[in-house]
Amino acid sequence: MSGTVSLLPERATAKAGCTEPAVIRERGQHEVFCGLTGIVWMHRKIQDAFFLVVGSRTCAHLMQSAAGVMIFAEPRFGTAVMEERDLAGMADANEELDKVVSRLLERRPDIKLLFLVGSCPSEVIKLDLSRAASRLSAQYSPDVRVLNYTGSGIETTFTEGEDRCLASLVPELPQSRSKAPELLVVGALADVVEDQFARLFGAMGLGKVAFLPPRRSRDLPAVGPNTKMLLAQPFLAETARMLGERGATHIPAPFPLGAEGTTAWLKAAADAFGVDPMTFRSATASAEARARRALEPFRETLAGRRIFFMPDSQLEIPLARMLSRELGMEPVEIGTPFIHKAHLSEELALLPEGVTLSEGQDVDRQLDRVRAASPDLTVCGLGLANPLEAEGLTTKWSIELLFTPIQGYDQASDLAGLFARPFDRRTRLRV
Amino acid sequence: MQLTVWTYEGPPHVGAMRVATAMTDVHYVLHAPQGDTYADLLFTMIERRDKRPPVTYTTFQARDLGSDTAELFKSTLIRAYERFQPAAMLVGASCTGELIQDDPAGLAKAAALDCPVVPLELPSYQRKENWGAGETFYQIVRHLSGEPEAGEKPARARPSCNILGATALGFRHRDDVTEISRLLAETGIDVNVVAPLGASAADIARLKDADFNVVLYPEIGEQAARLLKKTFGQPFTTIVPIGVNATREFLAEVRGLAGLPANEANGATRLPWFSRSVDSNYLTGKRVFVFGDATHAVAAARVASEEFGFEVVGLGTYSREHARSVREAAKSHGLEALITDDYLDVEAAIAEAGPELVLGTQMERHIAKRLGIGCAVISAPVHVQDYPARYSPQMGFEGANVLWDTWVHPLVMGLEEHLLGMFREDFEFTDDALPSHLGPGARVSAESEAIRVAAPAPMPTEAAARSPETRTSLWAGDAEAELKKIPFFVRAKARRNTEKFAEDRGLTEITVETLYDAKAHFAR
Repeated sequence: MSGTVSLLPERATAKAGCTEPAVIRERGQHEVFCGLTGIVWMHRKIQDAFFLVVGSRTCAHLMQSAAGVMIFAEPRFGTAVMEERDLAGMADANEELDKVVSRLLERRPDIKLLFLVGSCPSEVIKLDLSRAASRLSAQYSPDVRVLNYTGSGIETTFTEGEDRCLASLVPELPQSRSKAPELLVVGALADVVEDQFARLFGAMGLGKVAFLPPRRSRDLPAVGPNTKMLLAQPFLAETARMLGERGATHIPAPFPLGAEGTTAWLKAAADAFGVDPMTFRSATASAEARARRALEPFRETLAGRRIFFMPDSQLEIPLARMLSRELGMEPVEIGTPFIHKAHLSEELALLPEGVTLSEGQDVDRQLDRVRAASPDLTVCGLGLANPLEAEGLTTKWSIELLFTPIQGYDQASDLAGLFARPFDRRTRLRV
Repeated sequence: MQLTVWTYEGPPHVGAMRVATAMTDVHYVLHAPQGDTYADLLFTMIERRDKRPPVTYTTFQARDLGSDTAELFKSTLIRAYERFQPAAMLVGASCTGELIQDDPAGLAKAAALDCPVVPLELPSYQRKENWGAGETFYQIVRHLSGEPEAGEKPARARPSCNILGATALGFRHRDDVTEISRLLAETGIDVNVVAPLGASAADIARLKDADFNVVLYPEIGEQAARLLKKTFGQPFTTIVPIGVNATREFLAEVRGLAGLPANEANGATRLPWFSRSVDSNYLTGKRVFVFGDATHAVAAARVASEEFGFEVVGLGTYSREHARSVREAAKSHGLEALITDDYLDVEAAIAEAGPELVLGTQMERHIAKRLGIGCAVISAPVHVQDYPARYSPQMGFEGANVLWDTWVHPLVMGLEEHLLGMFREDFEFTDDALPSHLGPGARVSAESEAIRVAAPAPMPTEAAARSPETRTSLWAGDAEAELKKIPFFVRAKARRNTEKFAEDRGLTEITVETLYDAKAHFAR
């Protein structure tokens, strides 16, 4: 991305929103995770999948650090650590990989889907994992399907790992034979959230709603020209593009964060399927009212508080929209690794006037801006949180927003709670 | 390729970060792809540091590979120098940086910075974290310690030494340094410089003023100590003061190096009395398995046998570079050392040895939990709970007190152990419960677990690939029931001994009689 970008929303909203925001674009040190980190939650979501990173000791060490204690729970991921002899010749590396995979599959007959996950070292030495995946797929079919995607830091930032993983599933999806339009919800959600959404769609009369990723690899949803996709997460550029190539159309919507956001997200789907407004209201009104009531106590803590987002997951813009509109917070700067104009069009239109967006990062210069702005709350990664706290700033560490159910009506107050807790703690402590 | 879920050590550049972060005015510029900044949170979260590590990463992405990554490195270096104004800089590459071969050393030279630059060659695909830390510290000393000065050293009232090897993210390094500094002061020896922990670049130039060096962590400090010996003629210590006896020997060693008269240092330690008090009688001969880095594993094995009266039934390390000392120590305990960095090998060895206590790392804590065995942590890698707020050295006399409390804590207390052996039917105090003082919770049957580990493990390794023994078939039902009456912490061993006894005699069935015949046989 380069040059100035106009961010006109595709549908003008009633309120003048953040239609022409200033976007700071910076190059420099990025204080972010690579896409491999996505495995930490994806391996729990797809229960019969195994993620094999082909990488270095650094990759194994990252997975261990990011997964913390989970590493002990027989995780469905591992790293094939490349050694010096693997770097010497390509043929050898492929043989080694075959050996690792065959032993892995012997030991874990429960695996039905194996992802070979590319890393920086494997990309730089140009180890062709897609060829390895098709070779191994042929060898192990029909029992095991072998796919590949890259989670390398040179290609992906944090949540883009999930995007690439889901994109690698798209060619595997069966062809839809449906004559009527079908709804596909895209993005890994907490099981409880997924179930709530399924119930809400059911109450609107949309019975047949599919989710990608599925909980088991054999339950892949079908896709075709009648598929309408609703993105549950803002970081799914590649997946949406691939689904588009299979004929699916994108339903523009803000993301389902907060009471208002969830309603707007559901409404976009309801409108796309011609759900009668009365039916929509009766399906959603009580849950929305419940969510609004649950948010009320948090307004007191959060209204008027200035918030600064360091780039991390691409959730920053939807979060800032929810926190500003539903809780009265004031975003100072919203940093995000990547701004996908089309997917965020509905969100950008709802941002407060005059907010600063930043795409990419030069962490030292951004920290200078944080210090100059002295926000009430800084949303950042774990590498920055304690140092900023020590400087007297209040922080909220961002990775928790990926590991906590925050979407939908009944998680709206949990989401607000995540941002309120640091303030609550500050007022309690007397030491 | 090696299939890995858990790695005992990070890559070597993490070792270099540990040295840079330990020091006060050194900055490290690392040629690394986007994402390698995850390492920052080891320091800010696990060790809970209140500052960012002094590391600037180039964080190159794919689009940079098409252009000039070397230029990116150079501009990052110059910007980092201008922003942080360090007294010295370290330059190097992470594993991916190594592959693109941009030569950070040459680029740093071309940048002609106004401070010393220490280039680091850390082969990521051969070496690991501790080696990286040792090599980095060595290079810093080589570049910054200056030339030997002609003439006499200035006369001082007291002999002085440097303390070498403590780093950021080191297991209990903070308090070990405090404890040993105090002991040295009481002995009449001044501490000249502690390095790398807390040292500045100028402090490295002052290393030569000391009379000798104390090497607390050989994995990290020994290589630098050898260089200082060669360059400035400073001798260095060889005894690591973990445990009462080792601390006494260490103090004798430093007195010798400092030219002080020998004396019997008894020190303020409670361990000997606690260990001799009758309450500790039941600890005699408890079977313990020890694993960790070479220094801590060897020290712990000695303390366990000499000072606790335990029996060491397994000893190993993941530090391949220092395996020799562990092999020698294992021999002295009548054991074959386990040298591996594959945790499944360690798990299999622990299951095989059937210990009552495991002294190990964070990973052994998990293995022991699965096997239903008590565990205490003696070595890195460790998690956040082993960077405690309270004073908790491993070294010196206070360290010995800490070891005592820590190692005895996971064991079932004496009276409870007796009653578990006496009365097997109690509905509350069953032996598949955790020790009472550790709160509620069930232990996994170490028995079934030992068999499970010997069976195909979820991840392939040579150890796990050993054929599973289908040995349960030998046991008659009443013998199996009788075996259950043996307390859990010796049951696995009793099972193994009985099976070996039966096998040696070609028995086709194990009866209650066989069980007691075997018991009598092995008691001789």
